[in-house]
Amino acid sequence: MSKTRTIKVEALSRVEGEGGLHVRLQGDAVEEVRLSIYEPPRFFEAFLKGRTLAEVPDIVARICGICPVAYQMSSVHALERALGVAVGPEVRRLRRLLYCGEWIESHTLHIHLLQAPDFFGCESGLELVARCRDEFQRGLRLKKHGNELLEMLGGRAIHPVNVAVGGFYRAPRRDEVEPLIPAFEWGLEAAVDMTRWVAGFDFPDFERPYEMVSLSHPDEYPMNEGRIVSTSGLSIDVTEYERTFEERQVAHSTALHSVRKDDGTCYHVGPLARVNLNFDRLSPRARRVAAEIGFSVPCRNPFRAIIARALEIVHAYEEALDILSSYQPFKPSRIELNHKAGEGCAATEAPRGLIYHRYKVDADGKVTFAKIVPPTSQNQGQIEDDLRAWLPDILSENEGQTALDCERLIRCYDPCISCSTHFLKLTVERGA
Amino acid sequence: MSALTQQTLPAISPRLRLAVFKFASCDGCQLSLLDCEDELVSIAAAVDIVYFIEATSHVELGPYDVALVEGSITTAHDARRIEEVRRQSKFLVTIGACATSGGIQALKNWANHEDFLRAVYARPDYIATLATSTAIADHVRVDFELRGCPINRHQLVEVLKSLLAGRRPRTPTHSVCLDCKRRGTVCVTVAQGIPCLGPITQSGCGAICPSYDRGCYGCFGPAAQPNCDSLADYLVSTGTAKGTLVPLLRNYNAAAPAFRAESDRLSTAMPGDVP
Repeated sequence: MSKTRTIKVEALSRVEGEGGLHVRLQGDAVEEVRLSIYEPPRFFEAFLKGRTLAEVPDIVARICGICPVAYQMSSVHALERALGVAVGPEVRRLRRLLYCGEWIESHTLHIHLLQAPDFFGCESGLELVARCRDEFQRGLRLKKHGNELLEMLGGRAIHPVNVAVGGFYRAPRRDEVEPLIPAFEWGLEAAVDMTRWVAGFDFPDFERPYEMVSLSHPDEYPMNEGRIVSTSGLSIDVTEYERTFEERQVAHSTALHSVRKDDGTCYHVGPLARVNLNFDRLSPRARRVAAEIGFSVPCRNPFRAIIARALEIVHAYEEALDILSSYQPFKPSRIELNHKAGEGCAATEAPRGLIYHRYKVDADGKVTFAKIVPPTSQNQGQIEDDLRAWLPDILSENEGQTALDCERLIRCYDPCISCSTHFLKLTVERGA
Repeated sequence: MSALTQQTLPAISPRLRLAVFKFASCDGCQLSLLDCEDELVSIAAAVDIVYFIEATSHVELGPYDVALVEGSITTAHDARRIEEVRRQSKFLVTIGACATSGGIQALKNWANHEDFLRAVYARPDYIATLATSTAIADHVRVDFELRGCPINRHQLVEVLKSLLAGRRPRTPTHSVCLDCKRRGTVCVTVAQGIPCLGPITQSGCGAICPSYDRGCYGCFGPAAQPNCDSLADYLVSTGTAKGTLVPLLRNYNAAAPAFRAESDRLSTAMPGDVP
């Protein structure tokens, strides 16, 4: 009888938040793959109850220091729907601008500090400096642009203070916007060069028959609005999200796992899904560079998600430049809210993928119910599924190397474990 | 909430060995280190980053010269882990509101823990957590505290530079209110009647909220010798409902002693209006 062996990664590195991996093998057959999330739970959905709806964007930002804007955006749209109001075109454009800042900041962080080291056999981005000093410094400069945009429009990069239900506390002045324009003109060219650099990495030959899911909007690359679509032809209104997908709790994780409700299978969200489902709505420059580097859709190789991320950075620069250049201050910066009892949901596109919020509010403007589904809990089942498929290719006598290879694959998803624990720590293994 | 509790700095190795640890938190404060885009390469050249799971797969065992600790203690396992971090670290710096006062998750200190579990998880029995979220200083000795939700990355650089130079870090403890005067922001409370915690909140953010036409909501926790009663009484006398002030005090530094005492005082005076 073949021997049982286990491969363990106690603490996944270069991911946001803390998790581990547990693989059990019977001979060379994969018996079990568990991505364990052991972040302590933080119970946001519980303590949102009873808070006034105006506080919600500030509170949900604290779920994640890397993508606070995603939480703020989903919450304000859901709450505006609960109140039956819609923001005007000026606010809408500024919200896209804010999201551009977060995509640039988060994607450049992931590419340069978290994932690129894997393609050079380095343990960290800082070790990568010795190998690719110019590329790394360029990456930091791009990352700084993302943060500067968030600071200008949001007040600060982590947990911005300017996002309100109904708009912004204050619309920026023209003199606050202007200084960013030359930086972003440089950044657009630099982002194109960065994409060429990333496209030259050596990608493992590994494709998966993903069901990819993202928002899709007829006129624009998806950020704040659109229908939820998939590669198998799903197209639903956001209000149908919970009838189509559900979160299930598993014993080995403080994060809930999302699955498709009809057949219980996993799905894939994030930049690769967005690019596959919305390729023709990427900005002209992003499409041109994609053609130049030979990137086309469908692309089902998770390692190439880094190219999708790079293309989205190019897109974000181009769109941000357009909004910054044409921006005119406006008043009022937010619409008046009249409290009434209601319920609303919204999905937006966080850097890591679709993020869904639903709230109920009472006539006093207090939250009575909150539900939040972050991207990483949706990807968790898919990550485990990918590992099961890839493990037979990478199994070797050197279990340390196999563990490192598993981590490489997990990192492709840019998992944000702090987000995905609604908020818990995942070594809750209850053995005999 | 003391600043440096040690009178002298510990002897630090020729190459400072830096470790970053995470407890219950959002990752934002340790991200602030990676957000030091201009200084990051110099920092990495000046110190040995020997434990920083988010940024590097390179892991060394202790002892460490400096440990930056993010997050609060919410599980029995973490309560043991912080003691080990303390044993291994010469100089322990808490970074951010979670580590320094328990963070927003300390709201559960006021609530029924079982209700919270059931609100989020269908199978609460899978989840092992403590009923409270507490600051690092409630468990082990802390050598320096960096406030903020999130911290200010310039203050973080100041701490690292100070430790490299063998001097005590300098971070101001005056109130946000003073910073508004310095930057010339018109007072949102006086001019617009917006409730603002600026007079009792510690400086550090740069007084950004009033510059965006909103009141301070206390991200950096209580300033030195805050007169919370006086501010609350003034705001109530000028028309702010107590029911607005209690949640304003009970957010990212809810369990900081001065804010906790004031929100408890206000809610005792007005039961039924507590979040």
